[in-house]
Amino acid sequence: MPLWLELTLRIAAVVGAFLTLPLIVGQTEHKVMAHMQGRLGPMYAGGFHGWAQLIADGLKFVQKEDITPRAADRPVFRLAPVVALLPYLLVLLVIPLGPGDLVAQPLDIGLFFVLAVVGVGVVAVLMSAWASANKYSLLGGLRAAAQLLGYELPLVLSAASVAMAAGTLSLSGIVEAWQPWWLLWQAPAMAVFFVAGLAEIRRPPFDMPVADSELVFGYMTEYTGLRFAFFLLAEYVGIVVIAALTTVLFLGGWQGPFGDAHLGWLWTLLKVFAVAFVVIWLRVSYPRLREDQLQRLCWLVLVPVSLGQLVLTAAVRVAL
Amino acid sequence: MTGADLLLLALGAVAVGAGLLVVTTRHLVRAGLYLVVCLAAVAGLYLVLTAELVAWVQVLIYVGAVVVLLLFAVMLTRAPIGASDDLDRPGWPAALVGGGAGLGLAVLLVDAFRWSTVELPEAGTAERLGAIVFGSWVLPFELLSVLLLAALIGAIVLSRPEIGASPEEERR
Repeated sequence: MPLWLELTLRIAAVVGAFLTLPLIVGQTEHKVMAHMQGRLGPMYAGGFHGWAQLIADGLKFVQKEDITPRAADRPVFRLAPVVALLPYLLVLLVIPLGPGDLVAQPLDIGLFFVLAVVGVGVVAVLMSAWASANKYSLLGGLRAAAQLLGYELPLVLSAASVAMAAGTLSLSGIVEAWQPWWLLWQAPAMAVFFVAGLAEIRRPPFDMPVADSELVFGYMTEYTGLRFAFFLLAEYVGIVVIAALTTVLFLGGWQGPFGDAHLGWLWTLLKVFAVAFVVIWLRVSYPRLREDQLQRLCWLVLVPVSLGQLVLTAAVRVAL
Repeated sequence: MTGADLLLLALGAVAVGAGLLVVTTRHLVRAGLYLVVCLAAVAGLYLVLTAELVAWVQVLIYVGAVVVLLLFAVMLTRAPIGASDDLDRPGWPAALVGGGAGLGLAVLLVDAFRWSTVELPEAGTAERLGAIVFGSWVLPFELLSVLLLAALIGAIVLSRPEIGASPEEERR
């Protein structure tokens, strides 16, 4: 296959995943939440159990008026949703789906790339919060920035633990080095990474920045139509990305009970959706953390636990 | 000129242009956002020079943390939308110092290297950097980590006046 064709195919596949996986997660969220709360969820759009609800939502968003507040900083306000979405698209490029060449762009330092690029998302939050010229937006943005900066630390530390265990920063390399007993060895790191990841994408119970009962909708308050849809899409791609990273780093990626070589992509996808289900489950189960509780959890629980895990990982590595 | 040369020039132009905008714009927060562009362009330069790890460290530390902290602080205190005309900026001395330093360094570099070409070293992968940092440079590395730790503890002590205060002071 010529290089350009392969490149186009790979990028097309990533864009395809970028456009379909979040929709599937979104529809699952509708349905799972509904059934956990003893109702049906969307049932009409598309006929069969409301499968086309999100497509209908998307059409609705496209038709809505695109409003920019008069006092807003126009260019920054308009750019923010794109900046929010772009990092996640870049991250999807390096996540390995299966063994061998089943990754859009294998990177020697894939893990580091992922952590660096996900960290850029906070710039988008600050941009949208400030440019909206709205006090609720600004308050939400400051909360989000404090939250993202804080939770970045346990996220990076727990990911570093796996990198130390595997002896590589390459995501494919980490999956190859992974063994089932790591589930026990790296369990604290997995818990920390998952919780910090939830906070990183501002999912409930970590949705203080968009707390509707006090801040309307935080930094997204002034957004309408397509730009608002971009923020929503960023949240759902965020779920996919965090689930995929948890899968690749802690759950063994494409390693499954049988047929890793051919069915690897299936195991990866199954694990990703299982983790995404837990993300939805937590949203339905837990009330929102207060701002002080949120920071307390980060600095007094997650950071010490991840530091302890680093020590444990180093000790076991040296002992083996 | 190869593609890499063109990329270097383009990224350099972006970095310098964004840097100029940082110091000339009258919009306080936008200056911070231009700084993001400038630092990202520098990260791009590192990428073109095959220093992958350094490039992503630049993104993680500078774009993701330093500028964000800066923006955060500005937004906490005073961040008007639109131009602020009351910014106190002695433009000429700053331009003189900045331009002089930049020009002097450029002349120095051009004079030192002329047209001699330097082979790119092998790619700056994490493995190679790790081997070098923890091999020949391990002492400076440890010294720097002690310095950073001291700065961290100093920051905590400064921001919490009750640490080290006598009991009577604390009750007040």
